[in-house]
Amino acid sequence: MEALATLEQQAREAVDQAGDLQALDQVRVAYLGKKGVLTEQLKLLGKLPPDERREAGQAINVAKKQLQDAIELRKQVLQEAALESQLASEKIDVTLPGRGIGVGGLHPVTRTLQRIERLFSAMGFEVVEGPEIEDDYHNFEALNIPEHHPARAMHDTFYIDAHRVLRTHTSPVQIRVMENQAPPFRVIAPGRVYRCDSDLTHTPMFHQVEGLLVDEHVSFADLKGVLDEFLKHFFEREELRVRFRPSYFPFTEPSAEVDIECVICSGEGCRVCSHSGWLEVLGCGMVHPNVFKHVNVDNEKYTGFAFGMGIERLTMLKYGVDDLRLFFENDLRFLQQFR
Amino acid sequence: MKFSEAWLREWVNPDLDTRQLADQLTMAGLEVDSVEPVAAPFSGVIVAEVLSVAAHPDADKLRVCQVSTGAGEALQIVCGAPNVRAGMKAPLATVGGTMPGDMKIKAAKLRGVPSQGMLCSARELGLSDDHQGLMDLPGDAPVGRDLRDYLKLDDVSIDVDLTPNRGDCLGVLGMAREVGALTGKDLATAPTGAVPPSIDDRLHIDVQAPDACPRYLGRVIRNIDAAAQTPLWMQEKLRRSGIRSLGPVVDVTNYVLLELGQPMHAFDLDQLSGGIVVRYARQAETLVLLDGRSLELDAETLLICDRDRSLALAGVMGGADSGVSEATRSLFLEVAFFAPEHIAGRARRYGLNTDSSYRFERGVDPELQHRAMERATELLLALVGGEAGPVVEALSPQHLPKKVSIPLRRARIEKLLGFLPADKQVEDILARLGVTAHSTAEGWLAAPPAYRFDVAMEADLIEEIGRVYGYNNLPVSRSYGELTMRPEPEGAIPLERIQSLLVDRDYQEVITYSFVDADLLQSLDPQAQTVALANPISSEMSVMRTSLWPGLVGALRYNLARQQGRARLFESGLKFIVQDNELKQINMIAGVIVGDRNPEQWGLPRQPVDFFDLKADVEALLAQTGVVAEFRADSHPALHPGQSASILVNDRHAGWLGCIHPGVAGKLEIPGKTCLFELELDILLKRKVPSFQKLSRFPSIRRDLAVVVDVETPAAALSQSIAGQAGDLLQDLRVFDVYQGEGIESGRKSIAFGLILQGSSRTLTDTDVDAVMQGITGQLERQFGAILRE
Repeated sequence: MEALATLEQQAREAVDQAGDLQALDQVRVAYLGKKGVLTEQLKLLGKLPPDERREAGQAINVAKKQLQDAIELRKQVLQEAALESQLASEKIDVTLPGRGIGVGGLHPVTRTLQRIERLFSAMGFEVVEGPEIEDDYHNFEALNIPEHHPARAMHDTFYIDAHRVLRTHTSPVQIRVMENQAPPFRVIAPGRVYRCDSDLTHTPMFHQVEGLLVDEHVSFADLKGVLDEFLKHFFEREELRVRFRPSYFPFTEPSAEVDIECVICSGEGCRVCSHSGWLEVLGCGMVHPNVFKHVNVDNEKYTGFAFGMGIERLTMLKYGVDDLRLFFENDLRFLQQFR
Repeated sequence: MKFSEAWLREWVNPDLDTRQLADQLTMAGLEVDSVEPVAAPFSGVIVAEVLSVAAHPDADKLRVCQVSTGAGEALQIVCGAPNVRAGMKAPLATVGGTMPGDMKIKAAKLRGVPSQGMLCSARELGLSDDHQGLMDLPGDAPVGRDLRDYLKLDDVSIDVDLTPNRGDCLGVLGMAREVGALTGKDLATAPTGAVPPSIDDRLHIDVQAPDACPRYLGRVIRNIDAAAQTPLWMQEKLRRSGIRSLGPVVDVTNYVLLELGQPMHAFDLDQLSGGIVVRYARQAETLVLLDGRSLELDAETLLICDRDRSLALAGVMGGADSGVSEATRSLFLEVAFFAPEHIAGRARRYGLNTDSSYRFERGVDPELQHRAMERATELLLALVGGEAGPVVEALSPQHLPKKVSIPLRRARIEKLLGFLPADKQVEDILARLGVTAHSTAEGWLAAPPAYRFDVAMEADLIEEIGRVYGYNNLPVSRSYGELTMRPEPEGAIPLERIQSLLVDRDYQEVITYSFVDADLLQSLDPQAQTVALANPISSEMSVMRTSLWPGLVGALRYNLARQQGRARLFESGLKFIVQDNELKQINMIAGVIVGDRNPEQWGLPRQPVDFFDLKADVEALLAQTGVVAEFRADSHPALHPGQSASILVNDRHAGWLGCIHPGVAGKLEIPGKTCLFELELDILLKRKVPSFQKLSRFPSIRRDLAVVVDVETPAAALSQSIAGQAGDLLQDLRVFDVYQGEGIESGRKSIAFGLILQGSSRTLTDTDVDAVMQGITGQLERQFGAILRE
């Protein structure tokens, strides 16, 4: 049986020397295959005297089992090494940029509009729209601005013809809503408006959001509450100071302009607020009885308020943009700041 | 309305400093636009008298003056002003004083002659642009008096941006009345007695349009000296109100306008013939105005005329021929009340906006005319002398604004303001505003004063109560409304979602003007009938867009010119088209892509975008809706004829998709590989609410099919045919290869489809599937001459 011991020794060495899985398999075949050296030894058992067969057989089987275990062990080592080397070869530079399309962005005016719509939706206002080429009646007449009214001079209207204009404000949407539905009303109307004016602080097109709330018990106190709340949430400043100043709009009575404490200097006084500490941000008031008359809403039963705000102005204040004209140049370097 | 604070305080003097006064006005709805000092800062400047003037030994243009300062010895002052003369009184900046611009005055030598101060022009003191010479102070100016003190220069000009409803505040009197109401201070009484006539000259006044001119007052003043100087105090008040001095007669009319808010006009009596006629213009009548402009008038224009001709645009501006000059010897003074509705818009129609029309349009106190006439007469006689005739009045009482009594209900105050002040407080506010109020069961019967044209109904009175009470003192309610939910239809897709989808697909939103350049629009939408603006701001913004493409292309060009080679832009908004002679305003969404498919990247080849990149984006938009759109090859004048599709939804054209036509690209100087789409937005804002379909439990089978067809055969037609034949078994159908070239005869193409088939009630056998595939190939062969490719 010395021969077996030698074989075992040789086999062990061959296993240890197998450098990869293929070599290891060759060792397995060479020793344990059908024609492997150890398998051959079993076949020789028949030539031994019967009383030695049993013992010799056992010794060969033990040797085979030990060799199998050794191969298995070696296989695991080699497999691990192979994986290691595969992983090493597959290493990438994770700092390289990813592949595929990028992400675009919304126009800052749209961002502000969406924000305002969300805030008012949360208060139960519905978003409605109206035409931009508007007739004289809806843009002026029904809003208590008859022909020759001095307020018309303040509007710098773009005309299409004698009866049609580019709407100068979103207020005509109020009229369209009240004409077509029955109270109560609780709507906001965002959109483009147009004034025949173009300089450093005016663009011939800009955006407004109009709001209207009409019901049986709506008072100026409610108007103050809703707008105060909106402004605090829009600017995300709980302590934002808001003040209501009497003003004049033909379609509201009483009318007010709303100032907020300057969000740039917190009311200390700066260039943006002309050193007053206050910024005018919107106009509002209680719906004028003449407007209700035009749309056949019972002025005794119902009261309501309306408000209008300029979106570009709010956007400028929110993001610190200092030049109105940037909004319509559509320079990607500008727009991409609002992703 | 710009006025001097000191002038206002002559009328009403509340215990407020300038800042508090301005704040109070602003918070009462009379927004203070600016508060400017009436003079630049200077000090140590006094009234001095020039005693003697001698030539300078070494300079032709300089004089050596002896100047009295009222105390001590006369000072020697070297002066270069051409108008310096012995006996004149002029401002003297004394040694140690400071001039505007922080210039210190020191004793100096001018060409060797010592000078102990500086005689000043009005311009050097920042008081006017006049630099003709020294400021010529009145003969009675007290020598030695500080000039700031003498001219009351420690004053400010307050500019109030009045809203159109507050015509009553367009005078110092009105402003004082308002301040009085807000502060509870009484107005100074300024008795203006009637100036008794000293002659009997008069003009007959014939008002032929009494509705437009219910009251017209006229007065003759003879033997005046129109070349007299306007006194400094009046010049200063005018200057501080933003009005230049133009000679004593015009200055007086302007002064009364500013003081009382009553516009008036002075005619040169010698230029008039016969009496005054107030009438509407005759068709094509002309008038040359004071400013030299010649107007052709229409029949709605009210005129002041004499027997022979028109003299003035009533309430707007006088005519050139009858105006006052230095040579004028006699005046005819006009003070009228023109009804606002008959003046409104007339000035603007002729491109005019005068101090007079501005006030009449907003409403002048109809009870003010006599007072203004007497005030003007008094001032004129003092300034230019002369003898006044009697005041002649043409009055049509029935056309004066009606006195109204407005019921004011407590319940209504509370309903509108959310708050009811005590009766006493309401009554106090009304009284301060000049409103006469009588108690009724429900509240009051209130009669506003004649000058408050804007207070005509109950809501106006309630605003006044809120305004004087203070908007910021009114309550705030934080709990409006019931807890009701708004409907939230699931079948609606919010615009926000559409925008987000495109943003996520690497689009940047832009917002472009709705009016565009007519030529650019013509290039991109040549067949459209456009709507043009009657008064565009420029030719680049003159027609309303019939497509969103001109704006997108404009934005694209702007960015291409700024080294942006890759751009993906979208916009949503209205387009304005004319269909069957009717204007339609249709909400659209449109996009443009140009440059590489992906941002430049280390691991991707650079590939320019093409039709199918853009189509995938449009398909993604449509996919959300559940709408099956058809893309049909069609030609659009701005698009490549072989790479453009009409987008049809329910067989109706709803948009375009394509690559720019190379000719158009060349003309617009944009890359040839520019792709554009435009689609009606409403299609994207609706979606199908899902309805569950049972999943099949049986395995699916994939079969591939490649056929050779004519190159012109659209893939969609083949797909439709396959789907029709396969019926319900077809779960999915995809085109996985399109090939032209070697192995395929010219004019033909190979197109390969992958079909996923699945039965709903049993596992499909090969026999089942073979039968389906045979049916399909047979139909494709019959319909399209398709040959199965092995």
